[in-house]
Amino acid sequence: METKTLEAHHKIPGFWRHYIFSTNHKIIGIQYLITSFFVALTAAGMAMLIRLEIAWPEHSWPLLGRIFPGAFPGGVMRPEVYAALFTMHGTLMVFFFLSAALVGGFGNFLIPLQIGADDMAFPFLNMLSYWVYLLGFLVMISSFFFSPGGPASAGWTSYPPLSAIKSAVAGSNWGQSFWIVGMAFFIASFTMGGLNFVTTVLSMRAKGLNMMRLPLTTWALFVTAAVGIFAFPALTAAVIMLFLDRHFGTSFFLPSGLYVAGKLLNNKGGSPLLWQHLFWFLGHPEVYIVMLPAMGFTSDILSTFCRKPIFGYAAMVGSILAIGSLSFIVWGHHMFVSGMNPYLGMFFDITTLIIAVPSAIKTFNWMATLWGGKIQLTTPMLFALAFISLFVTGGLSGIFLAAAPADIQLHDTYFVISHFHFIMAGASLFGILGATNFWFPKMFGKMMNETLGKLHFWITFITYYCVFFPMMFLGLHGEMRRLYDPIQYYTMFKPLQPINVFISINAFILGAAQLIFAFNFFWSMFKGKKASSNPWNANGLEWTLPSPPPYENWEGEPPEVYRWPYDYSYPEAPKDYLPQIVPDKAIAAGNF
Amino acid sequence: MKTSKRPLEAYFLFLVFILIVVLGSASFFKKWMPPLASNRISIDQMMTALFIVTGVFFVGVQGLTGYFIWKYSNQNVEKAAYVSGSHALEITWTLGTAVILAVFGVWSVRVWRKTVIQPPPSHALQVEVVAQQFSWNFLYPNQDGVFGKLNPQYISFLNPLGLDPKDPASRGDIWTKDNLYLPVGKPVVLKIRSLDVVHSFFVPDFRVKQDAVPGMAISTWFIPEKKGKYEIACSQFCGRGHYTMRGTCYVVSQKRFRKELKHLRKEDEGE
Amino acid sequence: MEGIKKMEPTAGIQGLPAQNREEKDHFAPSAFSTNRKKTMMWVFIISDALLFGTFLAVYTFERFISPTWPDRWKIFDPGYLAVMTVVLLSSSTFMATAVEGLKQGKMKRFGFFYTITILCGIGFLGMQAHEWAHFIGLGARLNTNPWGVPLFSGLFFMITGFHGFHVLTGVLILSFIGILKAVGKVSDDTIELAGMYWSFVDLVWVFILAVIYLL
Repeated sequence: METKTLEAHHKIPGFWRHYIFSTNHKIIGIQYLITSFFVALTAAGMAMLIRLEIAWPEHSWPLLGRIFPGAFPGGVMRPEVYAALFTMHGTLMVFFFLSAALVGGFGNFLIPLQIGADDMAFPFLNMLSYWVYLLGFLVMISSFFFSPGGPASAGWTSYPPLSAIKSAVAGSNWGQSFWIVGMAFFIASFTMGGLNFVTTVLSMRAKGLNMMRLPLTTWALFVTAAVGIFAFPALTAAVIMLFLDRHFGTSFFLPSGLYVAGKLLNNKGGSPLLWQHLFWFLGHPEVYIVMLPAMGFTSDILSTFCRKPIFGYAAMVGSILAIGSLSFIVWGHHMFVSGMNPYLGMFFDITTLIIAVPSAIKTFNWMATLWGGKIQLTTPMLFALAFISLFVTGGLSGIFLAAAPADIQLHDTYFVISHFHFIMAGASLFGILGATNFWFPKMFGKMMNETLGKLHFWITFITYYCVFFPMMFLGLHGEMRRLYDPIQYYTMFKPLQPINVFISINAFILGAAQLIFAFNFFWSMFKGKKASSNPWNANGLEWTLPSPPPYENWEGEPPEVYRWPYDYSYPEAPKDYLPQIVPDKAIAAGNF
Repeated sequence: MKTSKRPLEAYFLFLVFILIVVLGSASFFKKWMPPLASNRISIDQMMTALFIVTGVFFVGVQGLTGYFIWKYSNQNVEKAAYVSGSHALEITWTLGTAVILAVFGVWSVRVWRKTVIQPPPSHALQVEVVAQQFSWNFLYPNQDGVFGKLNPQYISFLNPLGLDPKDPASRGDIWTKDNLYLPVGKPVVLKIRSLDVVHSFFVPDFRVKQDAVPGMAISTWFIPEKKGKYEIACSQFCGRGHYTMRGTCYVVSQKRFRKELKHLRKEDEGE
Repeated sequence: MEGIKKMEPTAGIQGLPAQNREEKDHFAPSAFSTNRKKTMMWVFIISDALLFGTFLAVYTFERFISPTWPDRWKIFDPGYLAVMTVVLLSSSTFMATAVEGLKQGKMKRFGFFYTITILCGIGFLGMQAHEWAHFIGLGARLNTNPWGVPLFSGLFFMITGFHGFHVLTGVLILSFIGILKAVGKVSDDTIELAGMYWSFVDLVWVFILAVIYLL
């Protein structure tokens, strides 16, 4: 009965409704993806400036002084600017790039295609989700230009009192309010998208597509959406209270007797730790929000290019569910030295080690998928393989941070930076890059250039290790994050400075290499080789449609599904792949 | 297509993976952390064990991934193996990981109890640490061993921490800025507070880190065991001058410690 | 979801065919046998409930770290509170009766109870506004509390305000779709969804009442 209503407005709308204010899931997905790439370039630029400052602290760069006279007086970066840069780098990357690209971009594009639906359950809500996201980003970025005191600069974690008191740091003047409003938009956008995803997966799957036949990508995106919906309310509540603290004189996060910038404040009774609890109650599930979809992509890409079923499908689904639910009870491992009750520290120590088990299961399953495969080293496959490597490096370093006593030494040092840039930032980034290369033909009907893709991959993979692996040693020696000048005051970090220079040089190469990707992306969109409907000989439902798919995917005639999407190298099949829509009877005929 | 050649990337990828492994393990033999200068050796022991176990997994998993890529990118077969799982294997590695993690769970909780939860010995030296943007203040009690009450409403230029002038215990308390003197071999309890935003008291050489949270007084204790000069860092971003918020800790002999305190008291009274 | 039992994706390592190729399994359109709008409403309600849950957890946290906490029986009038609660909770029953009437096609019955529901909502909002005005008149502000800890009044105004905002939204939605229904431009489904939201808002009040006023 649903199909009837769809048929009613079955024709492609005009330019504005088609490309700009589109309610079509594929267009919205591409809008999300391209916007988030733009965010990533902006935030990566910020990272370059951060690395420039750390490697050559307080050095004068006349060119920068000429371009940004306010931020670089005499070519030297101001400490406030440094703080604003690392705050906005974190916020933009975690929320507006990774979450948006993975969930908004690929979630929108892939979910209906992979479950055999014509669109999302609520297309209008979906459109709203994108525009509210864009609004949130514009608010965030506008704080660089319009906010007295500059953008928020209390770190992406925005710990009060620093973020709550205007005189504590320049960015807490107006920038923090911009940050709060921007985050509120982002949360609203994510909630709208999440409601859509959960409903769509639960109620719009094609005939025969039961939950245990879903591709792992859809499984991961589904759990991600659910995790987001259940975790974001904590941050919503927290930013509302932070806003009240900042503008209406309440003291939810502000204790009695604060003495800031030579003045005694009359706040009473609040607790700075409360913010930390609420923030990390969201913050840790957020890490898995950007991790799970990348895991899903990797599983699908690996299986496709090993020409082999994914190993341990049920265990993979179980791990996704386990990670999703356990992520709600591990937040305290960000707070081992925060002054929280030390007995709680023991609890979070144990729960965090438990969540390592499903992660390990996934790793072993990926490796077993490689075993005995017929590996094709295409660009997406290279990214998927690098994903495993980064995930293992990041995951193993995570065990140190989970063990509470080791965290005493490592908390807030470069070890943490290294750890999360491997696992949460890096692995997700490689997931996004791999998935873009993989699904690009489906999005635009063109192939991405393989030579450029491989060049991009090699530079990215090698420099990524060169940037973030040495950071572990900095962290073990105790070098802290967020230092504007690590060597002017601390003599103990002076011998480590050559490592910082090495890291920065590699970071610049890493940053520049992303331009290759950007060029490849837009060039291939117009000039790429035409793609067939199934260029990778993959099994998923999306590959049974032409590239790019019609405006309303199946146009009211949903496919019927007979198998899971991992029947690669099925012994009785004539080819080494077997699409989900092929019934057993038709295998011998081989007409697909 | 029987003679499919292994693509160049396969060798390359294999090499990179091996390189990761070699570099990862080579760095293994270097000094990782600043030499320990306190009694918190249990942390170092646990971390050493973690390095060994995670190191083995690191080498094993990265190496095996590289090997699989190298081996299976040159399959002279029509089709890959149709294998979708193995209960035996999956149960083995799930249980194996769980057991190893359980060992570290128990171990880390024991170390945590020993370093953080266990109360300090009763004869420990008490020092109040008060963090503010962007300096460390240290307060030693006078001979009575009791600290005067701190109340921010009394803060002034001459009384930067807000010692209550009406409290008899505050008379003779010794205040120093940025320099902390500790006697070697004697347990010390730091009672850490903050006047404004969240800071974090961190001495890498002691394996000691504790956030200074306004509105709370959080104690942490340890025994400095090596004489020397150590840098105190603020490891929680606390504003514009975060990078300047460095203190110095001098671990000295008992005799020298008494002398320094006497000297400091004179300086305080002189003001 | 029946498919799960039949599925056994883990074949032996020898490469035996996996058995997840059943052709006879049934079309399972949804995990819950409910339509997609209701599914979405449920997910939304869980999310919103967690938001209220967070606020109430914050209240509890601040209360336990605070050395003193005002005696609520000196602040609130139990009688007034009881009337507020009865008004709001009974509106849920009226709403349920209205939806029941709608399903049976008894439009008069529907119209009557639907209107009463809206009136109850407005009545509750009026009583809350009066309560707020009373406290503000006595000097309570977001950051000042004549009865002791200022945190209490901040939390009180924030949480009841947030709930009141939900009730207000509910009243507006009910009125809006009520008018649409009168001109025949809205489906019975939508009315039912609004009913779900309304019951949720009423249920939340019970928790707020328990945590802030009673405990």
